[in-house]
Amino acid sequence: MAEANIPLWEVFIRSRNGLAHRHCGSLHAADAEMALQAARDIYTRRGEGLSIWVVPSAAIVASDPADKGMLFEPTADKIYRHPTFYEVPEEVGHM
Amino acid sequence: MATTSITVAETPVVLYALRRGDDALVLGHRLSEWTGYAPMLEEDMALANIGLDLIGQARSLYTYAGEREGAGHDEDKLAYLRDERQYRNLLLVEQPNGDFAHTIVRQLFYSAFADPYWRAMMRSADATLAAIAAKSEKESAYHLRHASEWLIRLGDGTDESHRRAQDAVDALWSYTGELFETDDAERTLIAEGVAVDPATLRATWDATIDRVLHEATLARPDSAWMQRGGRAGRHSEHLGHLLAELQHLQRTYPGATW
Repeated sequence: MAEANIPLWEVFIRSRNGLAHRHCGSLHAADAEMALQAARDIYTRRGEGLSIWVVPSAAIVASDPADKGMLFEPTADKIYRHPTFYEVPEEVGHM
Repeated sequence: MATTSITVAETPVVLYALRRGDDALVLGHRLSEWTGYAPMLEEDMALANIGLDLIGQARSLYTYAGEREGAGHDEDKLAYLRDERQYRNLLLVEQPNGDFAHTIVRQLFYSAFADPYWRAMMRSADATLAAIAAKSEKESAYHLRHASEWLIRLGDGTDESHRRAQDAVDALWSYTGELFETDDAERTLIAEGVAVDPATLRATWDATIDRVLHEATLARPDSAWMQRGGRAGRHSEHLGHLLAELQHLQRTYPGATW
């Protein structure tokens, strides 16, 4: 396949006004404009989106899976960081 | 067992809807032939999407043609039971897919016409045709953008992609004159404000094509000789093969559903 020479892009779709763009997958495209078109063709076929972002996959800085212990495990026993010790008045409704 | 072909009583408006419906169905079918074979997965999906848009347009136009004819011919009968000589599509849309460049150039030539055409048809005196045009215009606007962006990259790409793109432009050029043809049946509708005179869209089409070819570093052919005949049912050798594939199931098992 020709994809060896074609950059990879990450696709983010915003479904409705006011909601955040969410990562929904990746694709190959030669440049930004073609990536946007391909994202539209692949990821919005069923009315999923009102806005698309595409980002070169190479521009994503990712954490190293080997650092998992150092980065994420120390939070496991900090239950006081969860807002579960407050009583929410009923009038506030869904938060 | 084989099904008998139907003949349609082609009043001007029925003929009009069949012509545009046949353009959409035949081009949509051609694009569907790429499914599973496109140069990359992303494009496999894109071509199938565009094909489905076009087949959707064909369904609306056939349904309307059948209603106006009033002889009980629904969209399926009109698609599956007319012979090649009764198909009224442009010769351009029945041309084989060829390589990817041929498919993209064919799509550009058609979409650069269809987009302004449907936009103008939104003001048709016929409410149904105006509604079909409003839906089709949004679709064809994207088809035009998709084909333009691809041709720019093919033309202004590698030596090989440039050569193939120019070959496709040269090979398909003589099928573009038919886009702007009219005949007596259509002139009647134009006078009534039901149809748009395609000749009035010539300058728009020229400007779009010139802009894209220029950006793609491709040359516009200067040949003025044009093929014609599709609107009257005189087709190239390719349409019969396409219809054989499109129609064989309904012809062999009449009324088959699944």
